[in-house]
Amino acid sequence: MARKVPEINSSSQADIAFLLLCFFLMTTSMDVDYGITRRLPPPVEQNDEDVKVKERNVMNVLVNKNDRLLVNGRPSDISLLKDEAKRFMTPRPNDETAPETEKKTFDLVGEVLMSKGVISLQNDRGTSYAMYISVQNELARAFNELREEMSMAKFHKHLDQLTEDQTKAINDAVPVRVSEAEPVVYGTN
Amino acid sequence: MGKFRKEGKKEVPQVSTSSLPDIVYMLIFFFMITTSMRDVELKVKTAMPKASEIQKLEKKALVSSIYIGPPRDAKLGTESRIQLDDAFARPADIADWIQKERDSRNEADRPLLTTALKVHKETRMGIVTDVKQELRKVGAFRINYTTLKGSALEN
Repeated sequence: MARKVPEINSSSQADIAFLLLCFFLMTTSMDVDYGITRRLPPPVEQNDEDVKVKERNVMNVLVNKNDRLLVNGRPSDISLLKDEAKRFMTPRPNDETAPETEKKTFDLVGEVLMSKGVISLQNDRGTSYAMYISVQNELARAFNELREEMSMAKFHKHLDQLTEDQTKAINDAVPVRVSEAEPVVYGTN
Repeated sequence: MGKFRKEGKKEVPQVSTSSLPDIVYMLIFFFMITTSMRDVELKVKTAMPKASEIQKLEKKALVSSIYIGPPRDAKLGTESRIQLDDAFARPADIADWIQKERDSRNEADRPLLTTALKVHKETRMGIVTDVKQELRKVGAFRINYTTLKGSALEN
């Protein structure tokens, strides 16, 4: 006659499961990282000739070691930088002092007037990282606003409602033209 | 109609708890899958600056982080240092480290590798520039300045 196997008491199963749950609840970190994504330029050859860019096509942004801004030789402030950059990058074909413009045709958006302007960013080795990020952010904001305007004009939709192809077309029509100068060592800090 | 009214006190039936473990197990599996345990012990402070024009860092498996900031251990001074994995490093070590990070991913993913720079906001740009120059030399062009969400004007 088969012996009756006593049934295992499973009432503590819930407690064990709760213990495990508490462990994973505490160790989990669902924080998502956000940041400004950039592409570094490939290293330059020493004997490479400098590409000549017309002066009216360049907006020079300098940040010194005291986190002060100099935009085209004039002192400026971080709160003004976005509007200055936006004004500079907005194509104005009839303005002699503004960057040159050219007409280009893209899929979906058609013919657009593009500015040949480049924003050149140079910082000192003593610039604080917070200031550097602020400058990068304000420049990115200027370009994003231009993209938003183009998106509203061409598709009558906000930038974040566009399809993938439309976003790509806008990004091509309004490229982020920020060039970081090669680091220069002025003596020792 | 009193005809249908039951006689005697109504008893509330006991709620069955036999499915409780199953529910809890489901939660466990959820957390087990989403959990990612901190893989490095931070030796430097990384209070990151704020920015608003930010993108989400997709695919965490393809991101390797470089931490730069003043050491947590006050004995080591306040000058910003670079941390790769679990140890302090010099800018010259970055080339080898990138190579190691590339080797640990499968071949198809290697060009998509992003380097996240997690830098303390009071760090001077000199050391960050050195790191960026090293990254350029080894062809790790995709970088991400990891920041917090907020207005950059508050930095």
